[in-house]
Amino acid sequence: MKFPRAAAIMQRPALAAGATITLLLAMVALVSLVWTPYPYTDMNIAMRLQPPSARHWLGTDQFGRDILSMLMAGSRNSFAVGFVAVGIGLGIGVALGTTAAVRGGIVDDVVMRLADFTFAFPAVLSAIMITAWLGPGAVNAIIAIGIFNIPVFARLSRGSALQVLSRDFILAARAAGKGMARITVEHVLPNIAGILVVQATIQFALAILAEAGLAYLGLGTQPPNPSWGRMLNEAQTFMHRSPWLAIFPGAAIALAVLGFNLLGDGLRDLIDPKLRRARS
Amino acid sequence: MTVLDVEDLRVDIRTPTGRLPIVRGVSFTLARGTTLGLVGESGSGKSMTALAIMRLLPQAADVSGAIRLHGEDLLQADETRMCRIRGDRIAMVFQEPMTALNPLHRIGDQIAETLVLHRDMARRAALDEAARLLDRVGIREAQARLSAYPHQLSGGQRQRVMIAMALACRPDVLIADEPTSALDVTVQAQVIDLLRSLVDEFGMALILISHDLGVIGRLADRVMVMYGGAIMEQGSTKAVFTTRAHPYTQGLFAALPGRGARKGRRLAAIPGTVPAPDALPAGCPFYGRCPRGQDVCRDNPPPVVEIGGSRAACFFPGP
Amino acid sequence: MLALLVRRVIGLVLTLLAAAVVVFVVMEVLPGDPAAVMLGVQATPETLAALRTELGLDRPAPVRFATWIIDLLQGDLGISYTYRVPVAGLIAERLTITVPLALLSIALSTAIALPLGILAAARHDRPADAGIMVFSQIGVAVPNFWFALLLVLLFSVTLGWLPSGGFPGWQAGIGAAFAALALPAISLALPQAAILARVTRSAVLDALGEDYVRTARAKGLTRAATLRRHVLRNALIPVVTIMGLQFSFLLAGAIIIENVFYLPGLGRLVFQAIAQRDLIVVRDIVLLLAAMVIFINFAVDVLYTLIDPRLRGQRT
Repeated sequence: MKFPRAAAIMQRPALAAGATITLLLAMVALVSLVWTPYPYTDMNIAMRLQPPSARHWLGTDQFGRDILSMLMAGSRNSFAVGFVAVGIGLGIGVALGTTAAVRGGIVDDVVMRLADFTFAFPAVLSAIMITAWLGPGAVNAIIAIGIFNIPVFARLSRGSALQVLSRDFILAARAAGKGMARITVEHVLPNIAGILVVQATIQFALAILAEAGLAYLGLGTQPPNPSWGRMLNEAQTFMHRSPWLAIFPGAAIALAVLGFNLLGDGLRDLIDPKLRRARS
Repeated sequence: MTVLDVEDLRVDIRTPTGRLPIVRGVSFTLARGTTLGLVGESGSGKSMTALAIMRLLPQAADVSGAIRLHGEDLLQADETRMCRIRGDRIAMVFQEPMTALNPLHRIGDQIAETLVLHRDMARRAALDEAARLLDRVGIREAQARLSAYPHQLSGGQRQRVMIAMALACRPDVLIADEPTSALDVTVQAQVIDLLRSLVDEFGMALILISHDLGVIGRLADRVMVMYGGAIMEQGSTKAVFTTRAHPYTQGLFAALPGRGARKGRRLAAIPGTVPAPDALPAGCPFYGRCPRGQDVCRDNPPPVVEIGGSRAACFFPGP
Repeated sequence: MLALLVRRVIGLVLTLLAAAVVVFVVMEVLPGDPAAVMLGVQATPETLAALRTELGLDRPAPVRFATWIIDLLQGDLGISYTYRVPVAGLIAERLTITVPLALLSIALSTAIALPLGILAAARHDRPADAGIMVFSQIGVAVPNFWFALLLVLLFSVTLGWLPSGGFPGWQAGIGAAFAALALPAISLALPQAAILARVTRSAVLDALGEDYVRTARAKGLTRAATLRRHVLRNALIPVVTIMGLQFSFLLAGAIIIENVFYLPGLGRLVFQAIAQRDLIVVRDIVLLLAAMVIFINFAVDVLYTLIDPRLRGQRT
């Protein structure tokens, strides 16, 4: 007894907002490759810890670096982390998940047990261990985050693939003599692509958040490479007299995560509209 | 004696794209100890009519007309008043006995809840009464069954529990929405017999909703055939079943492949499907699928004509 | 019911053992000689040999595993290489901060999230619902360590109500201790509350759409009574599931938040131990955290059976 309600309309603005935020951030990241107000590594001790002004819109840090420039450059760091970490999870996870679904049996059991085990463990703790072991740095942080995206995509693609595999057209394809590998590529993957994209968007947001956390602990991106989480770490020392140092990078992280989450939720509603009309 | 009097009942659903008429001018009266059968395909507005009487329509629904229970218009009653009437004066049995019971509560408590609510009974006394009700609806070892959870019962038993729950306060009106559709054929017959004996015993009025003409024929005194939210034909069961004045009624019977046949196949002989509420013509809702359809049917509401004791809303009625 | 419980407990013990094996094997297969890793650049052949003997590295792995487990069961977790004190005492001391912090933030997030989620569902598609969903979206997006910094800016720097970090110890009095834990607990609770509120809302909405809700309304129960008696308990299962999952997030979050507030808790200990390559402490804490997660999952499982009679008995 559900009817299309205001929610159906209300949810589209969320999608629009998410798309706008992520597109804007992507543009900022691209622009930062060729232009920032100041070179983000330029130190100027005479101009240290300046509050926001006409010359430095978001102020300067303890070395006199321009915060806005650092934030702009930091955005491409976040995008890189998101793309690579989600890419690792997507690539390996989907391969494992669909294989588990198609093969079944012991392959399925082993893959899913492993996924359960990785899943149950606090990802941040494991990431800390991995980065501590391999040494702090952006690449190791990305790998650590990527590893914990694998079980997410493995589970999701296995579940969705099983649903697709139970449908009639798979039987028809098999009857037509097509092999399972071909069926997986031609029928299963296209049918689960939508839900994977949705999850990838959400994981992108989580990856940004996780990298910020690792960078804040000093385990992620190393100076002088700009990173929002790292900026927060450094801000903490000077926060008492220069609060803007702590406010802007955190706001940037929150905005990026919000944008990707809204985009993911919006896409999910678009793909899987729960508001189906039921009549008696 | 008239218990329930429904007059020009209309239900519209508000949607982002406009208002959808779901029930369009339904009127009928119901006397004590009688059974009214509501027949039609899914989407014909039967269940919506029932929920409108219960005042349990979704919030996006607008209702107009009058629903008088012993002369009191329920559409004017506030929610507090309706909560006293529901379960006490009007009760309802739903189609899906599998899901209509709360899986986390013992069935005894679920039946007793109604009695505690409306009769101010103590829980102990209410449970005793629940056991008597279970016994009455044919559940063996009723006392022991009180502490069972729904998942421990069969579909037929659960539907009996639903009926016991509905009967708890001896309502004036019982609405049964497809009470047998989800059950096996043999269990269906038992539940129908149970309902008939309960109507006789308690003297309540029964509104029986079904798409199954066989069930309606066995239980109903009067029949109302609905389509597209409107009444196509109504009259005594005998008159409607023998006259079949409306082309839609004829279609329903023609689609019946023989007595006691399996459900779900009956309507294959009527070409087309039930149109969506926003795709209905201004005139007769059946116009698009009617073998006798003319331009006049599309543009004008059909007149109600009486033939052989049955009243059909049709420009070209008759066998 | 009893047989079920026995089976669950056996499963619990086996899972714990499996976790111990995994932790041990992971430490074992990591590249490099643990002694060399722990000593770092100061390693001389003599200190290396001494440490290898101290760690028992000269014995075969199965023996070391067995010794470790037997010692664990006796409460002996080994000696920390950097602190030179028994790990058991070290962990116990740190737990007196982390456990209250975790409980406080769970209590806080539950107290915020359940009412908000239920309210949002009851007011579905109305302004209250939309507002709560916006709060939830923002709460999920805000990094907890940034939220922590904002709280410090407001309550410590600007208002001066609460300390910005450190822990006076429980001997300084309950009030001072709780004051030190207040901001950390709030920062941990916010993202949890945001997620939990969402889950609660959708669980209640799902339950509200069930047929038995219509049955309850047809009985004459008011909307509020239906919610109270028939909806909430049914909605509890997904909520409890997420709360269990959140516990492990909470432990991870504590690592970051304890660093923000300089709280000498378990999270800070494990972070420092990793940084100092104190493998004995790392190994024991990781196993402890895994055990906590496993215990919570067990508790959630038991809760399920208490909530839902369909899960009791009759299963093989």
